[in-house]
Amino acid sequence: MRAFGFNFLVEERWNPVTEKFGALAPIYGTLVTSFIAMLIAVPIGLLIAVFLTELCPMWLRRPIGIAIELLAGIPSIIYGIWGLFVFAPFLQETLQPFLIATFGNIPVLSTLFAGPPYGIGMLTAGLILAIMVLPFVTSISRDVFDAVPPVLKEAAYGIGCTTWEVVRYVVLPYTRVGVIGGVMLGLGRALGETMAVTFVIGNAHKVSASLLAPGTTISATIANEFTEAVGDLYTSSLIALGLILFVITFIVLAIARYMLLRIERRIG
Amino acid sequence: MNRSLYAARRRRNGIMLSLSLAATLLGLGWLIVILVVLLWEGFSGLSLAVFTEMTPPPGSDGGLLNPIVGSLILTVLAVFIGTPIGMLAGTYMAEYGRYDRLTSVVRFINDILLSAPSIVVGLFIYEIMVAPMGHFSGLAGAVALAVIVIPVVVRTTEDMLLLVPDPLREAAVSIGTPRAFVIAKVCYRAAKAGMITGVLLAIARISGETAPLLFTALNNQFWSTNLNAPMSSLPVVIFQFALSPYKDWQKLAWTGALIITFTVLALSITARALSTSRKPS
Repeated sequence: MRAFGFNFLVEERWNPVTEKFGALAPIYGTLVTSFIAMLIAVPIGLLIAVFLTELCPMWLRRPIGIAIELLAGIPSIIYGIWGLFVFAPFLQETLQPFLIATFGNIPVLSTLFAGPPYGIGMLTAGLILAIMVLPFVTSISRDVFDAVPPVLKEAAYGIGCTTWEVVRYVVLPYTRVGVIGGVMLGLGRALGETMAVTFVIGNAHKVSASLLAPGTTISATIANEFTEAVGDLYTSSLIALGLILFVITFIVLAIARYMLLRIERRIG
Repeated sequence: MNRSLYAARRRRNGIMLSLSLAATLLGLGWLIVILVVLLWEGFSGLSLAVFTEMTPPPGSDGGLLNPIVGSLILTVLAVFIGTPIGMLAGTYMAEYGRYDRLTSVVRFINDILLSAPSIVVGLFIYEIMVAPMGHFSGLAGAVALAVIVIPVVVRTTEDMLLLVPDPLREAAVSIGTPRAFVIAKVCYRAAKAGMITGVLLAIARISGETAPLLFTALNNQFWSTNLNAPMSSLPVVIFQFALSPYKDWQKLAWTGALIITFTVLALSITARALSTSRKPS
């Protein structure tokens, strides 16, 4: 790590042959895929939690809750193999051409969705991560939603609020800290996720604006290249990547835990 | 009464509630899609040969015997190493040092470890075990998995011991039982179901772990129970086979995926059933 200093963080090139290593591409890939994942998983996860706490008939609550949690139990490699053989070809034929056709002529969006539809790429990785993060967001937000004192909700219903208004103006403000904690926990998961991403990301060490282009993430780079790494510099570059990943996730998770702790204390 | 406002509120309520219903269906749909695809692709490859033969070279028949056995050995070993450490730590946190500063620090760090990226664990074990020993080994793989087991077990042990009502402890102490016996004979007994659940969850977690095994246990094409040599395991074999260009390897990967998923799902459902049957209310 010492060989490159701070440049390691901002250098895009990754060339084992000439021993030039820069971490920009993996870091960028990690952030982008996680961002896509959260963008999709958070609203859906919250809506499921709302459904489970406010709408769902009592006898269905447990089975659905367990089913969603089972999504978290499926090993990540299964998501990977499924993503590679089923999901990626599916996206390649349907969603991606559609995106290219729709946004191809709009200035900013056209760079986001440029290039041929490979199937694999950062968008696919982000979508798979979204499915994997979903159960974490759901189960934590459901737990904190359940912890809202019924008196508060009943008071709101009493003055004639609709269910949605109760959720929006009573439940969400009351549980905000906890929900953010849950989201951060999911984010920590998405950042560190290895196997599923390795399958579908495409492993290209470059920073590209298009979401359809193959990229790489920190964990995918390590998983792919570590056993093949020759030479001290190569190995230690990969370990430095691991360190960066660990620091990022540690910070995110620490924030998540701190927020969840705060809401636990308030509930008592 | 403002009728249009009322209608708008009703409409928005309807929209949001149907969105949440749709989101739930979407979530359940993913689960079903994944399971159906797994069954579809994996079941056709499932036969006796899968459990009795070695992994084949590309182009010939074979099974998954050595990775299955390797996975079992690694898992058992990891649980064997991780569980006692985790349980003792959990016991300290719940029984001896319940109000310590140390306990809250350990709990915080443990919670972070619980969701730390597993690939970082793999790197760590590589540095402290594989690099000094000079070669990949099954033992290193087991230790890496044990590092993942520990936080899960610590967490559940502590939670379950905290659920044990204090009067039970006081009753035991009042008849003159030493502290260690109170914990071993009273608390452990009361918290048994929960603690077993924790171990089951930990097993479910590690039996699908791939990332930390990639550069600790590596892989092995042949029958090997030697802990000092590279050892094959189901997830790593799936990883390798799925990314290979050979059709029959990909087939085996699906079959392996099916086996792992259903083992893991069975374990976590059992764990859940155990924990709810004992929970008060």
